Amino acid sequence: MTINQVQDTIVDEFSIFEDWMDKYNLLIDTGKELPVIDQKFKTKDFIIEGCQSKVWLHPELKEGRIFFTADSDAIITRGIVGLLIKVLSDRKPEEIISADLYFIDKIGLRQHLSPTRSNGLLSMVRQIKLYAIAYKAKGKK
Amino acid sequence: MNYHVAQAAWLNAINNFLLKNISEIRADFPILNKKVYNKPLIYLDNGATTQKPQCVIDKINEVFSSYNGNIHRGVHAISDKASEEYETAREKVRSFINAGKREEIVFTSGTTGSINALAFSFGERYIRKGDEIIISNLEHHANIVPWQMMCERKKAKLRIIPINDNGEILFDEYLKLFSPKTKLVAVSQVSNALGTILPVKKIISVAHTLNIPVMIDGAQGVQHGITDVKAMDCDFYVFSGHKIYGPTGIGVLYGKEKWLTELPPYQGGGDMVETVTFEKTTYNELPFKFEAGTMNFPGAIGLGTALDYVLSLGREDIEMRERELLEYATNRLSGIDKLKIYGVSDKKISTISFLLKDIHQYDTGMILDKLGIAVRTGTHCAQPVMDRFGIDGTVRASMCFYNTKEEIDVLGTGIEKVISMFS
Repeated sequence: MTINQVQDTIVDEFSIFEDWMDKYNLLIDTGKELPVIDQKFKTKDFIIEGCQSKVWLHPELKEGRIFFTADSDAIITRGIVGLLIKVLSDRKPEEIISADLYFIDKIGLRQHLSPTRSNGLLSMVRQIKLYAIAYKAKGKK
Repeated sequence: MNYHVAQAAWLNAINNFLLKNISEIRADFPILNKKVYNKPLIYLDNGATTQKPQCVIDKINEVFSSYNGNIHRGVHAISDKASEEYETAREKVRSFINAGKREEIVFTSGTTGSINALAFSFGERYIRKGDEIIISNLEHHANIVPWQMMCERKKAKLRIIPINDNGEILFDEYLKLFSPKTKLVAVSQVSNALGTILPVKKIISVAHTLNIPVMIDGAQGVQHGITDVKAMDCDFYVFSGHKIYGPTGIGVLYGKEKWLTELPPYQGGGDMVETVTFEKTTYNELPFKFEAGTMNFPGAIGLGTALDYVLSLGREDIEMRERELLEYATNRLSGIDKLKIYGVSDKKISTISFLLKDIHQYDTGMILDKLGIAVRTGTHCAQPVMDRFGIDGTVRASMCFYNTKEEIDVLGTGIEKVISMFS
């Protein structure tokens, strides 16, 4: 599936639920499927600043594609980073760099998460894109 | 019925007749009947900021629509009117905290503004290399960082009063912190993170036996019960307007006249001067020496109205309502398995800081928010308190007189829902 196909699937899944509680339950479930970061990478180097809860994100380049693993000490945050990984993991750096992440707005994550949390979400996206840019630059050398 | 019971019942009846009932009080605050996510707003974040009664909202509206002229400057009618209202507000603040003179009341932007001002001025005037300032482990960052900045500038040191597991300061340890180098004690009246009421009178009297002045951070204290700076005998007292049902951006720095006279101004500008030449400036008298530039006079005037409102409800009655709420909420929440309350002193304001076992405070706060319940999560700008308990943060429900037991019940049910979602 392309990045946009995955985004559309997520938007569909979330649109089934009217109630925000159900949407949160879906987020919690997404968190459970998250490819969990290796304990040894749960260090300061892989922590994402700008979130009230702690988020660790680790990238790995395999055959030109970036795979992400992550974790968070808050379950909802784990769900959010889980969604991002669903969309952006196992992709080429160029795909990640040029991705337009419209699903965030469409499922109401940006409006419905408090500003600090929303900032955390944006920090996650920025960090993922930065890794992609770095790998792309490395690849060119 | 024996005599005492009859008397108590009679007093109770009089009280009930005199007191505004809770729905009348709530009707004074337009925001309290709003909905969020289609659910009634349950506002339990009063420690962060309090809601405003209609009279305060109207007063600010009145300033801007009837006499918005710059204070202490104009020769014209609306400037005079604004100046008069501003000075009336100062008098209201003086009387509210029972300060001796209106000259001792300086308006600032808030508690943070007041402490920064004092830390600068006091530091410039009195602090030398190696001197020490005593604060406590319970302080809000606003009563840590300005002193730290001053210590860095002056090569001085902070000494910290430790706390016990209940969230109370260790008084004996406090006594041990004094040295010939101690120049000031700066502590909270009430801990913002835990709600503990500090024994400020005792803290002050000990410091005074050694001739050391004391600043009390009243940000979380002034709105609960009666604050009397004369009885307390503090040298400085600071608080914010927005935490006592007034507007944001206005605060107070009270200082005993002898101190304020000696302290240099912390900001230069208009209105704080007597004469200005390029060679030398002489400063205006108190309190104007500390009020440079155009002050937030609509804020000050609004604060005056907020204090009137508090007095109209009665501070004893507010205290009684809040004590009842605290008791009710403590019982309700401690009945929840997996819930741990941080800060269990028997001297507390109506604030409950808690964590749910194995559930991140942020997850709890997010779900409560969706249920219409506003609480605060995180470190509450008091990281050293969290470090003391070895936690990252808590969920804080801070109540005040307009909250109800029904709201506490909704909070309790909400917390139970959180537990079922995340377990």
